[in-house]
Formats: sequence, structure tokens, C-alpha cells
Amino acid sequence: MKSLNALGHHLSYSERQIDILEKEGENQQPFFREKLEAIGLSPLKATGIEIMQVNMGKMCNQVCKHCHVDAGPDRKEIMTQETMQSILDTLKSTDIATVDLTGGAPEMNPHFRWFVEEISKLGRHIIVRCNLTIILVNPKYHDLPHFFKKHKIEVASSLPFYTSSRTDRQRGDGVFNKSIEALKLLNEVGYGKAGSGLILNLVYNPAGAFLPPSQDALEKEFKTALKKDFDIEFNSLYAITNLPISRFLDYLINSGNYESYMQELIDAFNPAAVVSVMCRNTLSIGWNGYLYDCDFNQMLDLKVSESNAQHISEFDLAALNNREIIVGRHCFGCTAGSGSSCGGSVA
Amino acid sequence: MSEKHYYNANDLNKFGNISDFQQKMGDKFFDWYGEVFAEGELSAREKSLIALAVAHAVQCPYCIDAYSSDAYKKGYSEGQMMEAVHVAAAIRGGASLVHGVQMMNKVKEIGM
Repeated sequence: MKSLNALGHHLSYSERQIDILEKEGENQQPFFREKLEAIGLSPLKATGIEIMQVNMGKMCNQVCKHCHVDAGPDRKEIMTQETMQSILDTLKSTDIATVDLTGGAPEMNPHFRWFVEEISKLGRHIIVRCNLTIILVNPKYHDLPHFFKKHKIEVASSLPFYTSSRTDRQRGDGVFNKSIEALKLLNEVGYGKAGSGLILNLVYNPAGAFLPPSQDALEKEFKTALKKDFDIEFNSLYAITNLPISRFLDYLINSGNYESYMQELIDAFNPAAVVSVMCRNTLSIGWNGYLYDCDFNQMLDLKVSESNAQHISEFDLAALNNREIIVGRHCFGCTAGSGSSCGGSVA
Repeated sequence: MSEKHYYNANDLNKFGNISDFQQKMGDKFFDWYGEVFAEGELSAREKSLIALAVAHAVQCPYCIDAYSSDAYKKGYSEGQMMEAVHVAAAIRGGASLVHGVQMMNKVKEIGM
């Protein structure tokens, strides 16, 4: 399976995705900004920067059907060491507590380990969004569990379900079994084990055009099933809603689910979730150093508002702390039901 | 002119409107309904599968749509969901067949 980018697909262009999402006309669905205005939260403003989420590149060993990054082995856009150094310089000048590394598969960036070591020296908490299979794909990655442990990295790993059929349908044939094998390796070094201090969180996202069920109930089911079937342990489960971007948008349109899925997101709009959306305390940095309110805006190429410096080389904390967040209809994905963020439900 | 038919999938979204004609009873129904499907001695997940089977037994297309989505969302596999439908069908089939005993009794009663 190739990325939309490699296929020259029209949805590989962010402008085309925004045209679809922000369509006007008869029977149009409400704009996200209108919903915010109705509850007195427009414009949505940042509350500070507690988390810096760094997208280290679109390169990945997997080609998941729902991927909002359109990541895959054919994507060559990855962060340079120079950009990483700019991020480190920025971190030194701030007290941003957490650095969240994502991709693609961030571990495939040749400067990944150096970057982690440098962030670690600054005493910041590090999260790595590890797709699990990367640990097994090549011998040079086999020691990742030990590397993660050495730097007390919090590992967040996608596992759409505790059965192979649903997982493989979304993430590719054989991914479930490899993920289970990788989880066992992480457990072996202490990840997910009580008292180890090594945090292993799993990320659930629906394998289809529906919202996640209750995060608490799902976590119990995952814990019971993974323990019983594979003797695997983990800390928390994050239930994340799929946003209508890139490959998931393509899936929604091709399967005839786009209108009904958007309506479901809109109908489930929860004002309580708006207050806690991740963009309010997170800054997202793209592989090329540009700044975004979140990883989703990054994939739609919606940079932080123009009144701010838009590149890491011109970072201005005071302005960014109070910035106005760029919103669109895709944002309904983060405010539906119990809300959704890179840390799961928010309300 | 729109085509006339008895069932419209969009009507499911208007279910709450039944209270418009009888607010008090509607409110009581929805309160009760909500409590029935909440976590209890049975989990909300287990209740969803029961609802799916019953939806097929009563052949309610709205309920089938609603609980096919809900049960799948709550993690039941296609095979598990179809087994639940078979349970509903077996009870319906069995309910007819067990009356065959009544038929046999009557025939034995009147026959020579």
C-alpha cells in the first residue's frame, strides 16, 4: 500500500482537504467557530505551553488505513538535526515540561537517539509514540525497549484492538502479532509493570466510521483480554477519535460515511471537552520546523495564527502562550462525546 | 416529491421527539431507558449485545441500526454479533416449534 502522496491523490493536498471540510452551501453542517461562539469560547485561546509535540517526520514502516499523517515507507520528509538543535535551544529557554515525539515512526529518524539524549539532559519528560512493530522490523531497533528504559521515556503505542482481525484491518496484515511480541519485550524490561516507574500506555482508535466507546470500560476490557490471552500488562488506555483528515478522510468518502460521520461528531459536540482540548496547552512542531496548534492542523498545513512567528527559529513564548488557535470543522473530532486528545478522553 | 415509505433511517435521530406529544411519559421513558443501559450488574457492553438480539427478535430496523453500531463500537466481532442474531432466531423458531406439542396434543385428543 502506498501513501496518498506517492499516488498523487488529490487528498494528499491540504487545500483540497480543507475545501471538503469547510464546504459551504445548502444543508451545510455548522462551522466549528459557530459552535464555539454559541458557548462563548470563540476565539479559542491557548492557556500556555506544557507539551511540545515534535513530529520527527512522515517516514514510517507501516501504512495504516486511518493515518492522518499519510505516513509510510515512501515518505522521505524527516526532521534535520539542525531543526532538532533549534528545538533544544528553545527548550533551554523555557520550562516546557514535556516533549512528545511522534511521526511517522520517530525512531526511524537517524538523529532520534541523539535528540532523546539531549532532551533527557535537559531533564524534560519525554513521550515517544512508538508503533511497536518498529522494534522488530530491523535488528538495529531491537534494543529500543532498553533505550527507552535508560531515559525513562513514557511509551504510548497504538493498538486499535485486543484481537488481530480489527487491528490488522486498520494497520496491516500481521501487525497485531508483531505488536504483541513488541509489548512482551517492553514488559520484559519493566514497562507497564506495577512499581517499575516505566509507563506504557496504549492508544485505541476506532477501526471504522464510529466514535470510541467509554475509555474506562474499554481499558478494563483491554487489560483483561491482554492479560488472559498474552500475559501483557500496561498502564492506561487512551481512546482517541479519528479525525477526518488525509487517509481517514479518504476512507470516509470512499465508504460513503463522510456526511454521517461528520454529523455524528457535530451531534456529539461537548462544550465540557472544548475547555480541555490539547491544542490549548500543546504546541506542535512539524518535521520542517514550522509551528502548529496540533498535529492535525499540521497535516492540514494550518500554521499557528499569522500574528505569531511561525517557525521554531523565531520562537516567541510570550506570544504563543496566549495565541488564538486556528480551528475548522475537523476540530469536531476533538470535542465529540468525552473529547479526544493525544492523551485520550478529556471530559 | 419524496417517495412515501413507512421507515426512514433519519427518523431514528428524531426518537427524542416522541416527548413532544406527551412530555411527562416521554421524559420518564428516556430516564428509564438511560438507566437500563447504564453500567450495572450487567455491563453496558453486555446489555448492548442483548439489545442487538432483541432488536432482531422484534424486527425493529431502527433498533438494529442503533445496536449494530453500538455493539460493534463496544468491541463485539462480526461472528459474535451474528451468533447473537442466531440466538434471537433460535428462540423465535423454537417458540413456534414448541407449539407443535400443543398441535400434537390436540390431534391426539380428537383423533381415533
